[in-house]
Amino acid sequence: MSAPLVIFFALAAVAVLGAVSLIVQREPIHSALSLIVVMVALAGLYLLMGAEFVAAVQIIVYGGAIMVLFIFVIMLLNAGEEERTNLSRLAYYAGIPLAVAVTGLIAAAMVSSSAALPARAAETLTSTRTLSTLLFTEFVYPFELTSFLILVAILGAIVLAQREN
Amino acid sequence: MVPTNYYLLLSAILFGLGIVAFVFKRNIITIFMGIELMLNAVNLAFVAFSQSLGKPDGEVFVLFVIIVAAAEAAVGLGIIILTARNRRSLNVERVDLLKL
Repeated sequence: MSAPLVIFFALAAVAVLGAVSLIVQREPIHSALSLIVVMVALAGLYLLMGAEFVAAVQIIVYGGAIMVLFIFVIMLLNAGEEERTNLSRLAYYAGIPLAVAVTGLIAAAMVSSSAALPARAAETLTSTRTLSTLLFTEFVYPFELTSFLILVAILGAIVLAQREN
Repeated sequence: MVPTNYYLLLSAILFGLGIVAFVFKRNIITIFMGIELMLNAVNLAFVAFSQSLGKPDGEVFVLFVIIVAAAEAAVGLGIIILTARNRRSLNVERVDLLKL
């Protein structure tokens, strides 16, 4: 087995275990830490594919900013252990088989569509220069729109979270 | 050299686990984390396809997804704080005002 394949399986195992741990843990803070593990493993996979800028953004924005926000809210609300409530009978018996079926369906659809793709010769490194040229020429309008989106989101978050007086 | 299919399978598995977290968890914050997990799975598929086609467009889409996820997290967590303050609980079963 070649070295990239070994790294892939190691990171994939970490990502899947982290995701399972997110579901199994009862304390929200443990779930949040599991999600950080998944995100760091995915950043490793992006590096393996040669998407270096996306890997850096994944760590800084996802693993850093967004998850810190989650953990702040968990601490702010003092979120304790999850209450167990009874699932409906349908969810209890059909839930896991249905989830497996949906996963299989998505996997089958994506794998069959990727069969038409040309086989690439090697991992090509997408340089930050290529990515930023694309971002500021072809995708410049969506890029500018995202700044408005962020502005509206900031205002929305402030209006929502402020105390009424 | 890892085949693209491996990445796509991993992406599908993570998306499925995200659905499971979204449907089975009762804590509203953990449900939100399930959504983030699904977004991450989609990003993985985007990068895998982009690399296999040799076009960097898919990676630009990933950057946009991350930006939208950040905005979504800010607003979503604001709503969660408001809900927790009004309902005095983080359990989604208690948020049932629209239920008949």
